[in-house]
Amino acid sequence: MTSIGAKEACPLSEPLELMLEQRFGAVLAGLKVVRGSVLATALHCGFEDAEARDVALAVDEACKNIIVHAYRGESAGDIVLSIYRSRSGIVLYLRDFAPAVDPAQIGPRALDDLRPGKLGTHFIRAIMDSVEYLPPPDGRGNLLQLVKILE
Amino acid sequence: MTDDVTENDGQLIVQLVGDVDLEHCATIRGLLLDGVSHGKDLLVDLSQVTYLDSSGIASLLEAVQMATKNGTAVKLFAANAQVMRVFELARLDRVFSIHPDLNDAMATGA
Repeated sequence: MTSIGAKEACPLSEPLELMLEQRFGAVLAGLKVVRGSVLATALHCGFEDAEARDVALAVDEACKNIIVHAYRGESAGDIVLSIYRSRSGIVLYLRDFAPAVDPAQIGPRALDDLRPGKLGTHFIRAIMDSVEYLPPPDGRGNLLQLVKILE
Repeated sequence: MTDDVTENDGQLIVQLVGDVDLEHCATIRGLLLDGVSHGKDLLVDLSQVTYLDSSGIASLLEAVQMATKNGTAVKLFAANAQVMRVFELARLDRVFSIHPDLNDAMATGA
């Protein structure tokens, strides 16, 4: 299992405890299981059901961005999901091994734009308290950090 | 997922079942756009939807926009709280015509 090793960049100052690390193929058919893992972990970390489902949706949309924009629909790569908890929230990392993507290419749509599409990134930013692309540990792939604070 | 299309009092009713997400959106989009193409109002039953993501919202939005061009309407009904939350996140809950149940959807203009 590849360790993310980027905890020093986390905006939560308290010590982090690893709750889940899961490596899976970057295919749409596997995401239902991933959503279940995230939901269960978020609930275990103290989030209410609705908030935990929001976090699962955000991770699901982020995984779809990786599949569509990073791996471009090819099923050749993996995604590593790591979830840490602290006293005040959870930090999730999504690591892929695809060519580096320009985050501006998958930015959210304008809120008054009623064309279908680009909603996934809007969901991620609406749900999470912090969304940041970090340099991956060995310079390969992409590393997304998502933070959700416990209310 | 298994989806179903019926006709009631001149309106088409589409029941979506299961996960309305990117994995299934090609099928769902085809079903919705085919329904809209008949020139009748399309009522979409969301009561059996277990998950809705951004691509599902996009498919529904495309159907609404096509119906508007055709002079018909797409009305959604019986969404559970989890599904409603996704409409709220998209800030499109006022763009869609969303109703509590079939009777309300049939009785109300878009």
